[in-house]
Amino acid sequence: MSAPMIEIAGLSVGFTGRGGATLPVLRDIDLTVRPGESLGLVGESGSGKSTLALAAMGYLKRGLRRLGGSARFRGEDMFAKSRTELEAVRGGKLALIPQNSGQSLTPTLRIGAQLGEALRLHAGLPADQHRGRVLDLLGQVRLPDPEAIFDRFPHELSGGQQQRAAIAMALAGAPDALLLDEPTTGLDVTTQAHILELLRDLAAARGMAMVYVSHDLGAIARVCDRVAVMYAGEIVLQGSVRQVLKAPAHPYARGLLASIPRLSDPALPVALGGRPPAPGQAGAGCAFVDRCAIAEPRCRGEHPALAPLPTGDAVRCHFPDRAQMLPIAGQGSASDDTRGDAPVLTLNDLSISYARPGLFDRLLGRDAAAVPTVADVSLTVRRGETLGLVGESGSGKSTILKTVAGLLGAAGGEIRFEDTLLPRVVERRSPDQLRRIQLVFQNPDDSLNPRQTVAEILEQPLKLYFGLSGQALHDRSVAILDRVRLGAHYLDRLPGQLSGGEKQRVAIARAFAAEPDLVLCDEVTSALDVSVQAAVLDLLDDLKRSQGTTYIFVSHDLAVVRALSDRVAVLYQGRLCEIGPSARVYGLPSHPYTEVLLGAVLEPDPDIAPRLTADDVVELAPPARGCAFQRRCPRKLGSICETDTPPWRMGDGGHAVRCHIDLPDLAAVLEPSAG
Amino acid sequence: MLRMLLRRLFLGAVTVVIVSVIIFAGVEILPGDACTAFLEREAQGRLLENCREAQGLNRPAAERYLDWAASALRGDLGVSANGGVSIAELVGNRLKNSLLLAACALGVGVPLAIVLGVVTGLWRDRWIDLLFSTGAIFAMTIPEFVSATVLILVFSVWLGWLPGIVLTSAGAPASEFFPEILLPVIVLAMVMTAHILRMVRSSVIEVMAGDYVQMATLKGVPYWRIVFRHALPNALLPAINVVALTVAWLLGGVVVVEVVFNYPGLGRMMIDAISDRDLPVVQAIALIVATVYVVVNLTADLLTMVLNPRLRTHYMRQR
Repeated sequence: MSAPMIEIAGLSVGFTGRGGATLPVLRDIDLTVRPGESLGLVGESGSGKSTLALAAMGYLKRGLRRLGGSARFRGEDMFAKSRTELEAVRGGKLALIPQNSGQSLTPTLRIGAQLGEALRLHAGLPADQHRGRVLDLLGQVRLPDPEAIFDRFPHELSGGQQQRAAIAMALAGAPDALLLDEPTTGLDVTTQAHILELLRDLAAARGMAMVYVSHDLGAIARVCDRVAVMYAGEIVLQGSVRQVLKAPAHPYARGLLASIPRLSDPALPVALGGRPPAPGQAGAGCAFVDRCAIAEPRCRGEHPALAPLPTGDAVRCHFPDRAQMLPIAGQGSASDDTRGDAPVLTLNDLSISYARPGLFDRLLGRDAAAVPTVADVSLTVRRGETLGLVGESGSGKSTILKTVAGLLGAAGGEIRFEDTLLPRVVERRSPDQLRRIQLVFQNPDDSLNPRQTVAEILEQPLKLYFGLSGQALHDRSVAILDRVRLGAHYLDRLPGQLSGGEKQRVAIARAFAAEPDLVLCDEVTSALDVSVQAAVLDLLDDLKRSQGTTYIFVSHDLAVVRALSDRVAVLYQGRLCEIGPSARVYGLPSHPYTEVLLGAVLEPDPDIAPRLTADDVVELAPPARGCAFQRRCPRKLGSICETDTPPWRMGDGGHAVRCHIDLPDLAAVLEPSAG
Repeated sequence: MLRMLLRRLFLGAVTVVIVSVIIFAGVEILPGDACTAFLEREAQGRLLENCREAQGLNRPAAERYLDWAASALRGDLGVSANGGVSIAELVGNRLKNSLLLAACALGVGVPLAIVLGVVTGLWRDRWIDLLFSTGAIFAMTIPEFVSATVLILVFSVWLGWLPGIVLTSAGAPASEFFPEILLPVIVLAMVMTAHILRMVRSSVIEVMAGDYVQMATLKGVPYWRIVFRHALPNALLPAINVVALTVAWLLGGVVVVEVVFNYPGLGRMMIDAISDRDLPVVQAIALIVATVYVVVNLTADLLTMVLNPRLRTHYMRQR
């Protein structure tokens, strides 16, 4: 066996808390990564996985300090190095690919200059060869037209292109090891799948070692050989990717797996209750004890050591054999069909345009952009039904929700609520109409006022719509909190004192306080950890059953949509491509775009590879004529797709696909194109 | 880009026109006019009628506004009610003096503020930061007439190094204002340095804690190169608008400082004109100050746009 590339031994990192006590963020971490090997670090937010990856570079965020241990790169302790020594290694032989490249690239420097800087610092190449080398690197990460990208500023690239530029920058110093901090989080499914393929290929071609930090087990399954699962600053399970994802010996890893919605499984995922202990809050025993289904008194008193198993894994659990009995998938309840027949919401030929005519245009009597952002969307949502809206970013799914809520005025078409025509904007809607349609936003940090207590947040709709006051108001608030499974003691808390999942529950409670008929959910689980996401999905399903609520559920995550929705609508560039019962949309025949989307989804299973059938090109505007998907379609027929709007082809059970190809032909599976 | 430039120029012009209407209307609503001010106690009967006839004050207001606006466009601001001197000439000298004072204060204050802002931002919470940040709060909170009086007491009364008031006449060439101008410059520079320093400091702190500075560190970029190449170009962008406001403030007449030091600038002229009820002069100065505000802010916006690639693309796309 070759010498380890990265070797972390007994590393503890912490910060000084309010009371002056030292609170650990990483506790006694041992980890080795060998040349050419790729290791995944997984865990919920706050588990210390990013801190660990950055510590491997000898870097700690402001306020953190090393309490003990070492982080060696090629045998040298990164914490013992001077600033200039660190500068020579960082970005050179040991490079980082950051989470959010949009914010990690300096906004005032052109891409070429930023890559050139990395070359100048680390490559030892004569200056006149820099440009050629940068163009070469941009080509290696499969960016189209490197010459043009060279002169662009970061904000002029799409999210996927920024991520590729960051990868090219990391490759500039010809690194031996790459640290990847959630490199695909926030990217569209197709872009994510392409970036991961690129990373796999690069790692294989250059023999690089990789440490891949992610909360997404699907991504880990795709690129890693080994996985370390982190919990409360400790490694609780370490082993081969197949072993950890298919037969993990730690209860936490099993709970995590069970909480992931699967594309192949229409049932709801199983939530992992509770929350991890805050730094310094873990007791003398196992840190996971409060959430563990098989905990025994011994677990509370005795801290388990990371012990090797016969399978070659190492696990931090007193009862690994019993942990193996816990379920990892397929135990969730299927979402009940509570559909009635009466339509709650009907959209007829809805079109929405963001372009507003400017002052000059209005003075000159000119019209705004001719091609609207969302065009001729017609659909019906029945009482008690959950309609999922899926598509990549820019597909118009959130735009449609905002228009239904009246926050954005429609440019054309009509919105019918039951049998009345809804005024387009909020100002013209009656209080009762407003009450009956409620919106839940993606990020509760932004949608909850940080200065209002939970009681104040919940009382607003109760006072506004029902005129409640005094004891009745209080009782109702408590009852509503109870409905989202939060106790009355939460009433006095501020949003800042709640966890992410609790905040989203409060946001949901606020929507349900209005006793709405229709709840619009805009990526409500995207900002949450998987285990919390499962709990929120379960809550939404429960509320639907008890309240008979109708949902429109927007998400970019196809597995999440599958778990909750009765019917699914697929959008591309603001145009409906396919709509129908979930099982039909997720099965064949599919619209070519649905097929591309489904093929790119990463399952937390190393044996399932994504099928990439189309490039992850970002289109800024929909085409003026023909099919919206014409430019990327792997099944494109020819000029008819560019000139004629495709017809709706009707299948069974209300399934409809908008394509020039007929359904029997669409049912045949398309083979991924080479490369 | 050109379209957006034209658009902004047009909007700036609209603003000036609206302001001019407000100024004119304001003066119109006030009791009395140039003639009552000029004739004082004799402002009655035939004398007043004749005066108004001569000045054209008995025409409808709209007509007089258009007349005033049209001649202002040609650079003719009318004649002063006191003594019938051309306002353009009077104001021209004063504007030049105000520009001189502003230029000196900016020349001292802006570089100083930026250097100190960056230093305090980079060495946040160290003694140097505490010293200058606290100093800045003092400089901001002490009223100018207090600091001006203290400086006069120390430097001209006790030490006798610098003249305490300005005795040079308004029409004198710029060089004759030295060294009399130094004390007013110091007073103004203190206040503006404090404002800009605090802004630059918080901007530097924010940028240095940002993702791209962390990324540059982890890319192995040396510290000072990070500061100068990655952080400062971004951190100083918001400073442009604060500097612009300061410029407008300086040119709009820093009345208190001009009065304390007897400096013949626009601000003092305005005060004098108001107490003399010299309405044509008041009107003219108000219009000039408003135009200065519009021009300076427009320049700052355009400059930010040129220096900030994100805004640049934004406007390119709008074209």
